[in-house]
Amino acid sequence: MKIDRRSFLSFLLGGAAGTALSPLPWKLTDDSSIWTQMWPWTPVPEDGEASYVNSSCTLCPGGCGITVRKIDDRAVKIEGMKRHPVNNGGLCSLGLSGLQLLYGPTRVKTPLKRVGKRGRGRWEKISWKDAVSEVAKTLGDLREKGQSHTVGFISGSDRGTVPRLFERFLTVYGSPNLIRTPSIIDSYELALHLMQGAQALPGFDFENANFILSFGSGIVDGWGSPVRMFRANSAWRDTGGKVIQIEPRLSNTAAKSDKWIPINPGTEAALALGIAHIIIKESLYDAEFINNYSEGFEDWKAFVLGEYGPDSVATITGIDSTTIIALARSFARASKPLAICGRGQGTTPGSLNECTAVHALNALVGNINKKGGVFAVAEPDYINWPEVEMDATAAAGMQKNRLDGAGSKKYPFSRYLLNRLPQAINSGKKYPLKALFVAGANPLYTMSDSKAVKKAFDKVPFIVSFSSYMDETAQNADLILPNHNYLERYEDIPTPAGMPQPVIGLSRPVVEPQFNTKHVGDVIILLAKAMGGTLSDAFAWDSYDACLKETMGYKWQVIIEKGFWSYPDFVAGPREESFDTVSGKFEFAPKETGSLKPFKPVKIEGDKTNYPLLLMPYDSIRLANGAMGDPPFVMKSVDDTVLKGTDVFIEINPKTAGEHGLREGQLAMLSTPVGQAKVKVHLFDGIMPGLVALPRGLGHTAYDEYLAGKGINVNELIGPVEDPVSGLDAAWGVRAKLAKA
Amino acid sequence: MKHKNAKKYGMVIDLDKCTGCGSCMVACMAENNVPFRKDESNKVLSITWLRVYQLTNGKPFPNTDICYLPRPCMHCEGQHEGHSPCVSVCPAVATDYNTETGIVSQIYTRCFGCRYCMASCPYHARYFNWWDPVWPDGMEKYLSPNVSPRMRGVVEKCSFCFHRYQLAKEKAFKEGRREIKEDEYQTACTQACPAGAITFGDLNNPNHAVSRMVKPDPKHHGRPTNPNAFRLLERLGTNPKVYYLSSREWVRRAGDNYLENEAKYKKTVHQG
Repeated sequence: MKIDRRSFLSFLLGGAAGTALSPLPWKLTDDSSIWTQMWPWTPVPEDGEASYVNSSCTLCPGGCGITVRKIDDRAVKIEGMKRHPVNNGGLCSLGLSGLQLLYGPTRVKTPLKRVGKRGRGRWEKISWKDAVSEVAKTLGDLREKGQSHTVGFISGSDRGTVPRLFERFLTVYGSPNLIRTPSIIDSYELALHLMQGAQALPGFDFENANFILSFGSGIVDGWGSPVRMFRANSAWRDTGGKVIQIEPRLSNTAAKSDKWIPINPGTEAALALGIAHIIIKESLYDAEFINNYSEGFEDWKAFVLGEYGPDSVATITGIDSTTIIALARSFARASKPLAICGRGQGTTPGSLNECTAVHALNALVGNINKKGGVFAVAEPDYINWPEVEMDATAAAGMQKNRLDGAGSKKYPFSRYLLNRLPQAINSGKKYPLKALFVAGANPLYTMSDSKAVKKAFDKVPFIVSFSSYMDETAQNADLILPNHNYLERYEDIPTPAGMPQPVIGLSRPVVEPQFNTKHVGDVIILLAKAMGGTLSDAFAWDSYDACLKETMGYKWQVIIEKGFWSYPDFVAGPREESFDTVSGKFEFAPKETGSLKPFKPVKIEGDKTNYPLLLMPYDSIRLANGAMGDPPFVMKSVDDTVLKGTDVFIEINPKTAGEHGLREGQLAMLSTPVGQAKVKVHLFDGIMPGLVALPRGLGHTAYDEYLAGKGINVNELIGPVEDPVSGLDAAWGVRAKLAKA
Repeated sequence: MKHKNAKKYGMVIDLDKCTGCGSCMVACMAENNVPFRKDESNKVLSITWLRVYQLTNGKPFPNTDICYLPRPCMHCEGQHEGHSPCVSVCPAVATDYNTETGIVSQIYTRCFGCRYCMASCPYHARYFNWWDPVWPDGMEKYLSPNVSPRMRGVVEKCSFCFHRYQLAKEKAFKEGRREIKEDEYQTACTQACPAGAITFGDLNNPNHAVSRMVKPDPKHHGRPTNPNAFRLLERLGTNPKVYYLSSREWVRRAGDNYLENEAKYKKTVHQG
């Protein structure tokens, strides 16, 4: 057969048409997907019986109820608990990704003892028995030498049975040095103590308020109990409630608010007094409350009227006087106004005068212990353990002054001053810290002026971490006694931050412990028993679970079934009984606070000539910045204008950037008196010119590769500033400079 | 074939309530066995079935405003039912329009990774698996058996948590019901949203909140008649089943590709 050009082409075309009409191409596409997909390494999750367990989330002080979906013995999904008083079904991104912590690579799987130099990450596994006896021996030796007071304990909380076990242990052992990690709650507790004579937590009735004056509080950025705040914020959208946000940067809260009023940073107290000035001058205050239930109003009135006219406040705050006047009027005339403070998530306590000035605004409108107002919420008193018996060593140890200076002559009202601890250790003036225990906290990451903190920790010869995860503090410990993860253990969760009624939540084991870990409560009991004497007498329980069950008493059945114990009948006492001050009334100007002294802004570090800019950390709900770091899912939700690769972006106003010759995405060197770091520039119109902002929650050196080594820890660039009255950290920022890198 | 009691599942996202917290993104990842990698800051490669975008009004300080916009798959109905941009280009029938629910499916085992659908999707709602998913040792334990983990070489996207629909249906059948109740089938993001900004349900049911919120006009492929409601890129005529609500005009305008000087609220009628 002769093959010419024509027949060749017809053959090709015919062949192509024939193939196209046959099922072959479709079969091939189908097959190609099969050939490229049947990999043995793609996991096929095993099916099984589905069930749900109710528990409480303890990843932040928010206290949300959670419902965990299980397939056989695996936990596969965390969801918000429906009808829970705090979150009613909703949940934040951190809570939703809790299973990545439970099953994640950052878990400490067994007790570990350091080998080689501290912080090098070399460990040897030891048994629980050896670990406990090693701690018992070290503590016993110190006690024998009469140095029991040189033992410190940093805890993320001081409420609930577990922290109370720590406290009990230290008391019988003989050390006054239990330190709770700081937050705005410290300032509020102090304000309630000085102005109302209350030993209580602040509770805010947001659900019944309709005009929120927020002095920088990140209502939807993680302030208070985050999910509850989200819900309240949405309810205001439906009911017409108003939110006024006062802060120099357009945070998510500011963007969601009805009015954002930028203010010169650090001048919030002056604005609060300026608002009070108008309210008093125009007699818009609640005369009934002022006349019957307050003390010192006349002095305070004279002070406020004298110094804080709208014009002078306008000069200080940068807000024009007409805005201030209008703001004061709308606040006072609202039917349910509420003023709150605590910048961002309330990560730092801030200036006490700011807190008292804001709290005084609530008093001016008669908003104390009243529907839609601020409540002093006493801790539910369900922990009634037998009194401890202290031996002479313990009594002597407890007589010693605290190392952080809380309760001293200088700061008589403060309870914990963690920010002062590094300095106290580094200066060596008082006494050294010979052993340090850390539970539910990650001070090496969360405390400001990281270098000084690290130096102080280096001076402590024996550090024990109870962390479930390999965090920065655990990494620098001598011994890690890993606690069960929060989904593997029982624990009571007393009243979440900012709740106006007491609630006790319950965390319970959702799955069996995955590794060779032990409940920190059990470890404390074991330790006490190993030390014998009065210590073992004070810890007569067989186990933590037994202790919890006994403590809860008749509440146990309910809390086990419902997942929480609430006090639906809770009402704040009548006004006549609300105030436990000397006068029995609300104190507008408690002498101790020096609140009649003219407003002086917090003196932040750095001079204007060398450091022309102001650096402020900001909080984002997508970046966990407390004891927990972001799990991989939450890291994934971080925007590429916050983090790109390993570079963090600094927010800067385009105008300021222009003055510095900086463009979007450019690398720059950010320096402060405390440290310096390389950052990328992100132009953001929502930030006040002259200011730069960095997010908290990045720059981890511990945890896993999904989190570590990304961005910088803002605490390396900022140091604490002592509030003159409380001694708490009042720093809201630091002076800084930016240069092209 | 028209289904008799066909549902048209849709979503309404209230941008006035959305705070940009990211719970929806994470709830979605946890529900749907979405993988993660060491660096997820390259958002073109980062698989997020639901991604929250930040919009700004572009005005200088202090008149700046920002708004967050969560973007799941829009489950476009197209110009006639099922003519979604992605469905119409897929050579492998790996993505399909379910006329019973209005949900655009993605069938991983049929997909051979040509990514035509990604090119045709105007919402960037589709993601390609450039790598095999790797879970750190032990983390595979939390994987849900209701959603198959995907492998390298396939495209994936939001399914409106279709497995939850299947589970709800199974439960209803077991209890002798032919219909599921509205609250029996909710997506993971809807359920998790702490701000209550997402509402999910049947757009064909005029009594359901989603219909009442946006008042879809059936004559115009469900175009919203509530003046505060809008759909993304309305003028493309993709007819998404995800609606947004915003009281702010600049946000509504940002929902479509308006020209800078274009008249406000110009009537946009798509011919097709």
